[in-house]
Amino acid sequence: MSVQLSRDDVAKVALLSRLKLDDGELDRMTEQLGAILGYVERLSEVDTEGIEPMAHAVERTNVFRADVETPMLPREAALSNAPKTDGQYFLVPQIFDAG
Amino acid sequence: MKYTTIIGLEVHVQLLTRTKLFSGCVNRFNPDAPNSQTDPVTLGLPGSLPVMNAEAFRLAVKVGMALNCEIARFTKWDRKQYYYPDLPKAYQISQYDLPLCSDGFLDITNAEGETRRIGIIRAHLEEDAGKNLHEGGSDSKVDLNRAGTPLVEIVSQPDLRSAAEAKQYLEELKLLLTYLAVSDCNMQEGSLRCDVNINLHVHTDDGHNIPTPIVEVKNLNSFRGVEMACEYETKRQIEDFQKTGQRLGDVPKQTRGWDLARGVSYPLRSKEEASDYRYFPDPDLAPVTVTGEWLDEVRETLGELPAARRDRLGDAWQLSQYDASVIITQGQDVADYYETVAQTCGDGKQAANWVTQDVLRELNERKLSIAQFPIPATVLGNLLNRVVAGEMTVKGAREVFTTLLELPADQVTDATVEQIITDKGLLLVTDTGEVDKAIDLVLADPKHEKAIADVRGGKQQAVGPLIGNVMKHLKGADPKAVRTRLLERIGGA
Repeated sequence: MSVQLSRDDVAKVALLSRLKLDDGELDRMTEQLGAILGYVERLSEVDTEGIEPMAHAVERTNVFRADVETPMLPREAALSNAPKTDGQYFLVPQIFDAG
Repeated sequence: MKYTTIIGLEVHVQLLTRTKLFSGCVNRFNPDAPNSQTDPVTLGLPGSLPVMNAEAFRLAVKVGMALNCEIARFTKWDRKQYYYPDLPKAYQISQYDLPLCSDGFLDITNAEGETRRIGIIRAHLEEDAGKNLHEGGSDSKVDLNRAGTPLVEIVSQPDLRSAAEAKQYLEELKLLLTYLAVSDCNMQEGSLRCDVNINLHVHTDDGHNIPTPIVEVKNLNSFRGVEMACEYETKRQIEDFQKTGQRLGDVPKQTRGWDLARGVSYPLRSKEEASDYRYFPDPDLAPVTVTGEWLDEVRETLGELPAARRDRLGDAWQLSQYDASVIITQGQDVADYYETVAQTCGDGKQAANWVTQDVLRELNERKLSIAQFPIPATVLGNLLNRVVAGEMTVKGAREVFTTLLELPADQVTDATVEQIITDKGLLLVTDTGEVDKAIDLVLADPKHEKAIADVRGGKQQAVGPLIGNVMKHLKGADPKAVRTRLLERIGGA
């Protein structure tokens, strides 16, 4: 199965990722992403008949921590990277819930 | 138009852990100190890594077991990707294709008293988002205290057939989760939130079944809201179908919000490509495998679940389904209290009357929990034992009960009860000799001649004042017994 990545696919992925691409960038990304997918596609040449799908690259399971408190960030530090705050909350452009 | 309402519910339950799902940041409802409970993992800062909270995992397994689910021996977490201000990483860590729990059920009793088995498609463990606040003005506020706290999402089959059934399912689910002590289920604080999926199957005259488009009503945070939204949507969808004739598949699934104040649902702006979350396994989290032994250990901690306890109480104490439900619905502490009272007094029905009426009324009026109630279960049980033994009237016991409520807690003892009974002369005189002596005195009194003659002449209501006079001599007797004996003694028509 060969992958045919269209310009529309790239536009859609860009939208989902909140990336604004101009026409030139869209063309370039379609070509570059297509090349990457084509390269990865070579994996499909491997015979995986009867092999269980892998869920994780590292063969480790059950990494847990105890339900114990660890230090938290002071609010001032938590808000320090925010583009806009009122000292208590992160402020973002008005979100409309109703349509 | 004939139709069937088809409802499925998605319920999000906040787990009662000390810390968040993937870090040791405090998990506590704290809207008054916004953004005071964060850390690099909560904020999704570069370089931070999530580590699974073992307790959250264990609680989620308990939920699945109590809902009769299959518990996956191998489970993993996936990234659900979307942009929203309350989601700092721009993805939510959730479970996609290998949920922790699947294929269970919850039995409910509907208004007709029938048991209805509601299927559970899945229950999985995921992290909550933060909270957006819209208070007008050009900015929205974001509080990330809740971000990253552990949630179990419980998805039912579309097995519910009415708004009332939807509410019953939620009540039974909440009761179950409260018994498991996995969540406080506080709806005001958003510990239990619900999305409703609802459509109709329209039955045409020629015997066809037409499904209408499915509508999802999001973020309902009260049972009443769920009930109202289901009723409203049923009506709206009937009208919509009559107007447009639209069937399932003709239009995309619609998402609506619920306006509690106006009692109407309204369309939400559909997120562009909202369904395209591009899930993939989270590489930062290791999968989890569990053994049969570990599952057995967890199963042993489930305790007696509400449905089983309801049946047991009903059988053990000959309670009606209704009485047993009232007691069970009040939670374990009230059920424990009831059982102690019933055991101490030896009469389950008498105990149920007192617990469901007198005790619950006082708890409500005084805004107390049963743990704060001043009368210990054994003290009430011993008091009621006197009623059961015929030594006191219910009225007399109620007088003691009321007196006890006014006392400091440390004085509410069996000894105090005895003292009150003696002081108020509430013990019934069961010695018939005593009663007869009092009756002799009254019958011999010339001022009662007329009343006695009236009774003898067949005017039974004239006996009332005589009973009162006999009682005065006795200081505590059962008026019914006195009446019977008086009538016997006077004789007549």
